[in-house]
Amino acid sequence: MSGVSYKNMTKAWGDVIGVNNLNLEVPDKEFLVLVGPSGCGKSTALRCLAGLEEITQGEIIIGDRVVNDVPPKDRDIAMVFQSYALYPHMTVYDNMAFGLKLRKTPKTEIDKRVQEAARLLGITPLLDRKPKQMSGGQRQRVALGRAIVRDPAVFLLDEPLSNLDAKLRVQTRAEISKLHQRLETTFIYVTHDQVEALTMADRIAVMKDGVLQQVDSPQNLYDHPDNVFVAGFIGSPSMNFFSGTITGTTDEMYVDSGSVRLRVSQSEVEQLGRDSIGKEVIFGVRPEDIHHPQYQPAGVTEQLLESTVDVTELMGNEIFVYLQTGEQNYIARVDPRADLRPGDKVQMAFNIEKIHIFDRTTEKSLATPSSN
Amino acid sequence: MQKATDMQTMDAKSSTVIEWFTSAIGRLIISLIVPGITFLVLWQGFIFLRESDAPKVVIAVVAIIWGVGGIAILYVVSNWLIEQMPAHWTRRLQPFVFIGPAMAILAWYLAIHTFRTLWISFYNRDGTELVWLQNYATIFTDRLMLETFRNNLLWILFGATFSVVFGLLIAVLADRSRFETFAKSLIFLPMAISMVGAGVIWNFIYEVKGVADPQIGLLNAIWVGLGGQPQAWTALLQPWNNLFLIVIVVWLQTGFAMVLFSAAIKGIPGEMIEAARVDGATEIQIFFRIMIPYIMGTIITVSTTVVIFTLKIFDVIMVMTGGQFGTHVIATQFYRQYFTNRNFGLGSAFAIILLLAVIPVMIYNLKQFSEREAF
Repeated sequence: MSGVSYKNMTKAWGDVIGVNNLNLEVPDKEFLVLVGPSGCGKSTALRCLAGLEEITQGEIIIGDRVVNDVPPKDRDIAMVFQSYALYPHMTVYDNMAFGLKLRKTPKTEIDKRVQEAARLLGITPLLDRKPKQMSGGQRQRVALGRAIVRDPAVFLLDEPLSNLDAKLRVQTRAEISKLHQRLETTFIYVTHDQVEALTMADRIAVMKDGVLQQVDSPQNLYDHPDNVFVAGFIGSPSMNFFSGTITGTTDEMYVDSGSVRLRVSQSEVEQLGRDSIGKEVIFGVRPEDIHHPQYQPAGVTEQLLESTVDVTELMGNEIFVYLQTGEQNYIARVDPRADLRPGDKVQMAFNIEKIHIFDRTTEKSLATPSSN
Repeated sequence: MQKATDMQTMDAKSSTVIEWFTSAIGRLIISLIVPGITFLVLWQGFIFLRESDAPKVVIAVVAIIWGVGGIAILYVVSNWLIEQMPAHWTRRLQPFVFIGPAMAILAWYLAIHTFRTLWISFYNRDGTELVWLQNYATIFTDRLMLETFRNNLLWILFGATFSVVFGLLIAVLADRSRFETFAKSLIFLPMAISMVGAGVIWNFIYEVKGVADPQIGLLNAIWVGLGGQPQAWTALLQPWNNLFLIVIVVWLQTGFAMVLFSAAIKGIPGEMIEAARVDGATEIQIFFRIMIPYIMGTIITVSTTVVIFTLKIFDVIMVMTGGQFGTHVIATQFYRQYFTNRNFGLGSAFAIILLLAVIPVMIYNLKQFSEREAF
């Protein structure tokens, strides 16, 4: 049982930088998800922690030990790979026992641990099978089992659900969360899927181009993204962005992109500061904060904006509406009762308490909605 | 009611039968005419080739067109013929159209001769007297003949094993080297040399001159340089002189083994090796417990191929020693008995023994192939 920390860690191959000066503390027993688009360095960060890649600069600490020069087998970690990486010539039992056998664990102890892990994962009937005789979901469990029997201080999971079909993925997601609660061990989980990140993580670390963008709890990350990238990456469909300037007066401030002009709420005016008029900004509104005028929740400070419906996508419990106003396109998630057809003109209600405002040059957050 | 429908289906049946019959006659006639024409065309081509006074170039061109085109036409026509038959017959017969010729050629050129050789091996030296297993008894009791088997065992034991082991080692080491392509090309190069060529090269290496003369053979030059007496490597120290011959084939075959192993090793998933590393395996443990089992299919294929090849070894021995100094193997013994001594019975018996020795390896190999395909 131990935490993990990256201190100024950089991994580069010649001129190509995989991870750039990463500083990240993962306390003991936390479920941390590293998320980002492919090529963002999240897997590299994990592989460096596993010892599969040598780091170029900085330190990696597991527990209270700097592990820069410690080989993977002595780092007290276990890893689950995207391809499961099971040994095809061994039975499930032997796959799980392999690591223990190498460590010269007594046979009875190995048997006990393998049986226990198999029971935990519900794969006891499969113990005599070879990987080729199993489905993807079963192999995935075996890969998890192989990690569990080792009883490591840290679990590393590299996109473990990517090769599963959608239904199984949702199911296994919940099981991994349950496993984490039961094992009470540090989990570091890499994924490109922000839904996995939001659903499983204690905290999420968002990366892009080798640089850590933001680390926070899923809710905070969703409500208060630090920059345009995080705002756009977390949430599906992603946030609508409009490029504009701040106009109006200190009493009545607007974000204005030409076609979209929204009043800035009082709390955000305070965050922006009085001297920000004329500032070039990007402002964003999440699709669920844009409502159909007839079906908006109570207590919303709304501003109507006439738009034309382009496309509608019925999701059952809601409708994704692709709309156009002036030159701007945006998406709204509206109540399924809203009867919208392509070409319809509709006054969409923007919740102006929920506007995210970013600096256009630095793309850093200037004001976020107050959370309540 | 039941009867009425029965009658109806009977009627329908008979009318379709008649239809099928009439069209079948039509088909039958066409089926006879088309192969007839084909046969005529091919026969005319044959007559032309046999009797024409045309320039040689023209005859050569016609022969190529006639040969290749003729085979194509035969396939097309016989396939067409089969397709004229009812569907279930087509399905049953069609495979034979395509494998039939190959089977026939194999039988004609291979199987018949195998049985003929077996038959001859039961006769005396000129085939005049049936001696049953006399030749085999000779082979398995005569000292010189037994030496032949001992040598073949040496060849398999050292030749095949070293080729496979070196091939595997080099493949693994080269895979981790920066000079992989260069190293592999170097090792693979001898594959391009014929057995006889290799024999000539190594003859120079093993060359021995008198004590007073300068040694032009590489091995003796080194040996004398280190203070030894010049040695006739391939003649002395029987039976170990065989090893000097075996080295040549190892040199030739290692490249073959290496290339196949190298391809297999590149097919090992990286994540699996990493998983083993995280699991706590050392590089040596990974090699023996993960990589070797993973490429076992290739190892078996390469080993059996090399074993069969080594069992049949002939050229190198013929060039280097001609079988003297106790270096005969089955193939050279067969050649000597059959063509030099003109003892057809004994020679054939050797050929049969060689065949029997290869068959189990072949069967094992084929079994492995079909098993591997299954997963």
